Formats: sequence, structure tokens, C-alpha cells
Amino acid sequence: MDTNGVDGLGLLGDPTRRAIFELLARRPSTVGELAQHLPITRSAVSQHLRVLKDGGLVVSRAEGTRRIYRLNPDGVTALRAYLDRVWAEALTAFGKAAQSIPTDPEQEDP
Amino acid sequence: MTSTPTIPPLTGTITVDAPAEQVFGTFTDGFGSWWPAEYHIGQTDMATAILEPRQGGRWYEQGTDGSECDWGRVLAWEPPHRLVVTWQINGQWQYDPDPAHASEIEVRFSADGPEQTTVTLEHRHLERLVDGQALRDGITGGGGWTSLLELLAKAATNPPAS
Repeated sequence: MDTNGVDGLGLLGDPTRRAIFELLARRPSTVGELAQHLPITRSAVSQHLRVLKDGGLVVSRAEGTRRIYRLNPDGVTALRAYLDRVWAEALTAFGKAAQSIPTDPEQEDP
Repeated sequence: MTSTPTIPPLTGTITVDAPAEQVFGTFTDGFGSWWPAEYHIGQTDMATAILEPRQGGRWYEQGTDGSECDWGRVLAWEPPHRLVVTWQINGQWQYDPDPAHASEIEVRFSADGPEQTTVTLEHRHLERLVDGQALRDGITGGGGWTSLLELLAKAATNPPAS
């Protein structure tokens, strides 16, 4: 199990945590609601939420008997970490695409 | 009026073994061919994303049902050297039409040689995407800037198989 230094990008490097993060970006949810969308148990969802909370990306509040999780409303840490991830993946994909177009050697000017 | 704290811009660099014209073309005309489809804001799955090739052009996604969601606008169109677009997607993953809330992405394409181009990307004015008063605590939060560069460096230096 990966337990070394989780911060910023590291938090969202885990695909399940990223999926949870993206679900919460679309709407605040309870553990049960998140678990319905993911192939993992509620207990596993809770563990990921704890990591995301400790990392400052997610906050929660009690609403009656339910606990609602949402992205940290200060916005910055979460948004920045997320965009960081987006660009890392996008530019990597871009590099592959830009390089994969075959250049026809016969088109080279003499 | 209080001054809004600024968020340091995100930056990234990648080197591609292809001429600048081709690299610029892939980034713009071919935008929908490489942009990871999971990063979109529409309610339906994304079919493609389009960057209109002109100053003032739209930058938007098209859903599998034909619906469209704006992402931003083209501010500078200077093929094959430079491109500036706005990114107007806020923290709620919604398009914000207010130009005052538009962050900017500048992409520079510099030819290292006839067959090699370095692409430098800067995503700036991130503070415009979120409410100014909400910034106080976030600024000092842990950052992922260096991680992005590390990833890019890894991708860029990864020798192609064969």
C-alpha cells in the first residue's frame, strides 16, 4: 500500500480518489451516494475521503443524521491541484499525439 | 476594495519531435484528438472538443448528444508560435461568461530545430476563477507545481520504444 507523502497532486494521483473528487466537484454527496457510483465499499470510500480531507481538498458538514462531503469551498487548493493534474495528463497526451503523426520523408524539400 | 491575492500560474513544458507547424496544428486543429475526454463539464459524455482557429474563436466541447458547452475564447492566434485562450471554468465546473472571471492559458511553440519543438504552457490568473475573499487560506496550501514539471519531464524524456 502506498503510504508515502500524500500532498497536492499525490492526492489525486490515485484513480479512485480522483473519481471521488470529480463526483464531489459535480455535487456534494454522502458516503453512500459516492459508493453507489464506485466499485468499492462504503468503508473504502470513507478511507479515501479521510485522505482527501486531511489534504485540504474536501470538507464535510453534518446535516441531520447525514454527513455531506464537498470540495473545499476555499476553492484554491482543490482547483489548483486538480488543474495541475489535468494539464499533466493533457500535455502528456498531447505530446504523444503530436509525435504520432507520421511525417512523409518524401515531402522533405531537397 | 481590497487587493485580491494572486495564485502562482501553472506552467508546463514538453518537447516534441516534430516541426512547429505540425505541433501547433495538433494542438489547435487536432485539439479534440488528444484532449483527455474525461476532462469535460457537459452533462453528457464528450464527443469532441473544438478550438476555433482564429482570434475571438470559441473553445468548447461537443457532447455525444450534440449539445455544446463553452470553455473559453481565443485571445491570440499566432500560428505556429503562440496561442492564448481563456479558461472560464470555475470551481463548480461551470462555464462563467464573465470576462472578469476568465483565467488565461498561453501556449508558446518554439522550434529547437526543423524536427523538434518545445511547447511551453502557462495557465495564469487562476485567482479570477474563484471568489477573492475565498482565497485567504488557500494560498499557503501545499502545492503541486513541481509535480507537474516532473511528470512532463518524465514524459518528454521517455525514449520512444524501438
